[in-house]
Amino acid sequence: MDKPTKLEIRNMTKLYKNGDGVRNINLSVSLGELVTLLGPSGCGKTTILRTVGGFLQCDSGKILIDGQDISQLPPEKRPTAMVFQSYNLWPHMTVYENMAFGLKLRRISKQEISERITRMLDLVKMAGFEKKYPNQMSGGQQQRIAIARSLLLEPQVLLLDEPFSALDAKIRSQMREELRKIQTDLAITVVFVTHDQEEAMALSDRIVVMNKGSVEQIGTPGEIYENPATRYIAGFIGEMNFIEQRDGTTVAVRPENVRLELGDATGGDIGGIVRTIMMLGHFYEIAVGTDKGIVKAFASAEEAAQFKHGDLVNCFFDGTYRYQPNSDQTENV
Amino acid sequence: MMSFLNPKRWFYTLGKKRFFEFLFLVLFLLFFYGPLLYTFLLAFANKYEFPNIIPAEFGFKWWGYVLSQPTLVRSIGLSFLFAFATIFVSMIICLPAAYVLARFNFPGRKAVMFSFLLGNAFPKIGIYTSMAIVFYRINLMGTFTGVLLIHLIECMMMMIWLPASAFKNVPVQQEEAARDAGAGPLRTFWYITLPNAWPGIAVAALFAFIGSLGENTGTLLVGLPYYRTMPVEMYGVILDYPSTAGAVFSLILIAPNLLLLLLFRKYVGGETLARGYKMG
Repeated sequence: MDKPTKLEIRNMTKLYKNGDGVRNINLSVSLGELVTLLGPSGCGKTTILRTVGGFLQCDSGKILIDGQDISQLPPEKRPTAMVFQSYNLWPHMTVYENMAFGLKLRRISKQEISERITRMLDLVKMAGFEKKYPNQMSGGQQQRIAIARSLLLEPQVLLLDEPFSALDAKIRSQMREELRKIQTDLAITVVFVTHDQEEAMALSDRIVVMNKGSVEQIGTPGEIYENPATRYIAGFIGEMNFIEQRDGTTVAVRPENVRLELGDATGGDIGGIVRTIMMLGHFYEIAVGTDKGIVKAFASAEEAAQFKHGDLVNCFFDGTYRYQPNSDQTENV
Repeated sequence: MMSFLNPKRWFYTLGKKRFFEFLFLVLFLLFFYGPLLYTFLLAFANKYEFPNIIPAEFGFKWWGYVLSQPTLVRSIGLSFLFAFATIFVSMIICLPAAYVLARFNFPGRKAVMFSFLLGNAFPKIGIYTSMAIVFYRINLMGTFTGVLLIHLIECMMMMIWLPASAFKNVPVQQEEAARDAGAGPLRTFWYITLPNAWPGIAVAALFAFIGSLGENTGTLLVGLPYYRTMPVEMYGVILDYPSTAGAVFSLILIAPNLLLLLLFRKYVGGETLARGYKMG
C-alpha cells in the first residue's frame, strides 16, 4: 500500500456485559480509502464503528488517526463524523440550521458558513432546501443532508452506520453511486457499515467480513468473491452451492461455474434432474435436484433453452472451493 | 315541535344502549359543568336572591367590588408570583433529574420514579403538618421559601415524570450527532435535547402552574399570615363576602387555568399529554 495510513485500529477489544462484542480487531485504512465492515446483525461491525466515533469506550487496544491515539477522547474532540441509520437530523432545526450547527461551534464566520452550506448542498444535489424542516423531506433527502452535514465538518474519517438501509431499493443504489462519487472526488477516508453484501461489493475498496465479533477476512471485493476464506464467507458473499462430501469436507461452487449437459445424471461432478428454470433478467437460474441437494447453475438464454423441467443432466464444476468441517481452513481445487 | 322533546322518540331513535349512554353523558355534563355554569351566572349577577335560579339583574357590579378590595387584588398577584417561581425553580431541580432517570438505567431507578408518587399517596394535610413541624424548627414558617417549598412538593411528580418521558422520546442518536458535530454534553443538552423534549416539558410546566395556583392547604398552613394566595383568600371570601363576590373571585381563579388548557389543546394536543404519563 503506497498511500499513507489514515485510520488504524490496533488490538482493539470491546466486550459488553452479556459477553457480546468484538475481540482483537486490527485494521488499517489508508487515506481516501472506502472500507466496509460487513456482517450479519450482532457481528460487532457497529461496535467497531462506534468505538472509532467515540460513542463507545474500547476495553483495550488503540485507535489511531494520523498516528495519534484518539481512543480516550470524547466524540466532540475526535476528527471523525458519523452518519447514522436514522434520526440523523435534528427535527427542530431547518436544513440550514442543522448544517450550520457544527460550523458555528467552530466559530466560523456567518458569511463563510453560508457559502460552505450552499456549496455543499450543490454537491449533494439538494440546493434550495435550506429552509425545509427534516420532517418535510423524504428519507433519501434527509440522508443526503445528513451526509452533507457530516462532510461540512471536514472529518479526517467519515463513519457511516448503515446509512441507506432504511431507504427503498432504487434510491439506495442511487445514493450508493453518489456517495462513491463524492468520496472519490473529495478523497475522503470512509468506514462504512452494512449487512448488505451487495452494497459492500458495489461500494468498497476493501471489505472486512465479520462474524461473531471477529474479523474473518479482509480483501478487495474481487478477492473476497474469488477466494472466500471460510465457508461462512462463501455462503455470505454472492451465491454459492455447497455439496457435502463423504469425508466430511464441503465442496463449494458458484452457480456461474456450474456447466450443465444433458445426460444420464451419472456423469460429471454430480448428476441430477432439472427442477426449475427461472429467468433473472439477462440470465437464467437452473435448479438441479441431486441426491446431495439442490445445485443452482446460471446460464445464458441460449444455454437455458436446451433444458426443460424433468431433464436428466450432468453438472460440471469449473472452479470449486473445499472447506474442512468445523474449521476455517480452505483449499482451492 | 314537541316531538323533538319527546324522550320516547329519542329512546327509539338512539336504541336502548345508546340512549342510556346519552342519558349518562347528560348527567355527567350536568354534574361537572352545572356548578361552573351556576358560578358564571352568579358572577355576572348584579342582583340575586336565594331561591331564584336566574338572577334578577345582570352586570359587572361584583367584579368592580372584588377588584376594589386591595387584599384580594394583592392575593392575585401573589398567586401568579408563586406559580411562576414554582415553574422556574422546579425546572432547575427536576429537569436534570428527569434527564438522568430517562437516560441512565441505574439500580433503583423504578423506585426513584415511584417515590415521587408517594407524596400524592397520603392525605396532604398529614404531610404538610409534619413539614410545618420541621419548618418551625428551621424558621421557614411564614416565609416565601417555605410556601415555595410546599408548591414544589406539589408539582414534583409532574415535573419529573412528564419530562422524563419527553427526554426518553428524544432518540439518543440525535444527541450523538450533536456530540459528533463538536458540541459538549451541556451544549448538546441545551441545543438538542431540551428543544426536542420541550412540548412534554411545557405540558408539565402547565400542570405545575395550575397546581401552584390551586394549592391552598399547605399555603394556608405555612404561609399565614404573610402569604395569602388566591385560594387561601377564597376561604375568607366564602365566609365574609356575598356569594356573588365569591363567584367572581372563583372565576378569576379558574380563568387562567381554562385559558392555559385551551391554548395547550390547540398547540400541543392530547397525544403529548397522554404519552407523558407512560412510566418507563
